[in-house]
Amino acid sequence: MMKDRVEICLSGAGGQGLILAGIILAEAAGIYEGKEVVQTQSYGPEARGGASKSEVIISSEPIAYPKVIKADILLALTQTACDKYIKNLSRDGLLIVDSSLVPKIPVVPVQIYPFPITKIAQERLGTKLVINIISLGIIAGLTGVVSREALKEAVYHRVPSRVKEINDQALSLGFDLAQELKLRERMSQINTNKLK
Amino acid sequence: MSKLKGDIELLQGNEACVRGALLAGVRFFAGYPITPSSEIAEGMARLLPRLGGKFLQMEDEIASMAAVIGASIAGLKSITATSGPGFTLKQENLGFAILNEIPCVIVDAQRGGPSTGLPTAPAQGDMMQARWGTHGDHSIIALAPSTVNEVLFLTIRAVNLSEKYRTPVILLLDEVIAHMREKVRLPLPEEVEIINRKKPTVSPEEYLPFKPEQDGVPPMANFGEGYRYHFTGLIHNQKGLPTTDPQEIDSLIRRINDKIQANIKDITFLENYSLDEARIALVAYGSVARAAEGAVKLAREKGLKVGLLKLLTVWPFPSEEVNRLAQQVDLIVVPEMNLGQMVLAVERAVGGKCKVVSYSRVDGELITPLEILEKVEEEIIKK
Repeated sequence: MMKDRVEICLSGAGGQGLILAGIILAEAAGIYEGKEVVQTQSYGPEARGGASKSEVIISSEPIAYPKVIKADILLALTQTACDKYIKNLSRDGLLIVDSSLVPKIPVVPVQIYPFPITKIAQERLGTKLVINIISLGIIAGLTGVVSREALKEAVYHRVPSRVKEINDQALSLGFDLAQELKLRERMSQINTNKLK
Repeated sequence: MSKLKGDIELLQGNEACVRGALLAGVRFFAGYPITPSSEIAEGMARLLPRLGGKFLQMEDEIASMAAVIGASIAGLKSITATSGPGFTLKQENLGFAILNEIPCVIVDAQRGGPSTGLPTAPAQGDMMQARWGTHGDHSIIALAPSTVNEVLFLTIRAVNLSEKYRTPVILLLDEVIAHMREKVRLPLPEEVEIINRKKPTVSPEEYLPFKPEQDGVPPMANFGEGYRYHFTGLIHNQKGLPTTDPQEIDSLIRRINDKIQANIKDITFLENYSLDEARIALVAYGSVARAAEGAVKLAREKGLKVGLLKLLTVWPFPSEEVNRLAQQVDLIVVPEMNLGQMVLAVERAVGGKCKVVSYSRVDGELITPLEILEKVEEEIIKK
């Protein structure tokens, strides 16, 4: 997965914690793994509800252009964000959507991973405030763009101590979801092979 | 697992500005929060009191600028931060600070304009406002970083230059640079060069607050130290009192301009990328310089001899260096997030020695490397 320059776009709505997620991801790769990183953000004038996007670039080389050109990984936590940013996803990119918030998954020739993130967060952790951290777990679990240890350190560094535990659980949940999906994919691969 | 190095932090541009200002000795901030500069006020409010400094949120930007002037006169290194709409309001008191030679730093994190414009989108529309926003003949120092690391070091330089030349210095950020986070190694306090304003060496009775030394800069006594003198927005004599004497007027206006122009070498910071043997040069600053650097890489991959001159000092304009560049290259392309502001200064410096073209974008989006490359290729085909 790890190219010289990996471009990650975390998109959704204001209030979903996407900018914090971007900072944590950049810190994990940049500070705890020693890579070159840039994190940028774009959002509307509204405090909550407007479109929000956080971009992270991770590279082994110094980074000149600080914005995403063609995303390798796109996380979409709203339908609007998904529809808007899908065109910025690289052809061999990876789309991760919260299927409880993005009912209409676009038909595009990329790898698509739908997870009902909000629904699962509510059911298993009793809050949807941690969907940003669950998403980071999914991204790292699926791609290995950053190690679990580095991500954990970065989460601890950035979230207040009173919510450390719930964020820790959220991160583990994200990795578990990625793992389950990988296993399912392998199982179906095996089944397909058997049929041949 | 521990951090690789304890002193490397992931900082936002605005946070780096705060840290740089504090390292440079700034102990006073007055401002009125405005996107995309608000994190500077936020950081100052949190950190200044711990260092014995003062943070004031004023009723508006006019008052903030007045408070900064007052604090500087009282002897504190002072800074304010704003965006385009607030920068407009600060212009009146900025002129007062220029005329009265009051060291201070004004940060303008540029966003789309005119008016309230695009609060959360980047632009570079205030380049000429920084130069000529306040009335009357004056010179100005304005610096424009393009990385978070540069924000840190140019903030320190801005404070130092303001103290050295007794003049306001403008730090021009844009939304991308202000909100972007990158890794920064924070220097230790003892690694930072600090310049303090010259103090009078004469007694209060002999002190003339506007009598320059050889370098054109008068020593500055802080209010409250026993040196009684007068500040006015009127043109003043060496005592600081209003004058209508043509000779005194002329010498003051020329001196406050010359003290900056004569020291342009000391004030100018530039960076070159792949300019050796370049036939085409990009001249860029701020976040667009990052796109230009990307464009140079793309062009070089295609075998095109393109280089970049990155302006860290935008005012006073480094005319000599740009003129020299014009003798080396056939074409200069100036990409900007405005309708062509610094390109005017480039054209003036080039004086017809090579072709100069502007590339503009004013839609609230950062220019991309590919766009700049396409502009360069379009110009090559035209030749």
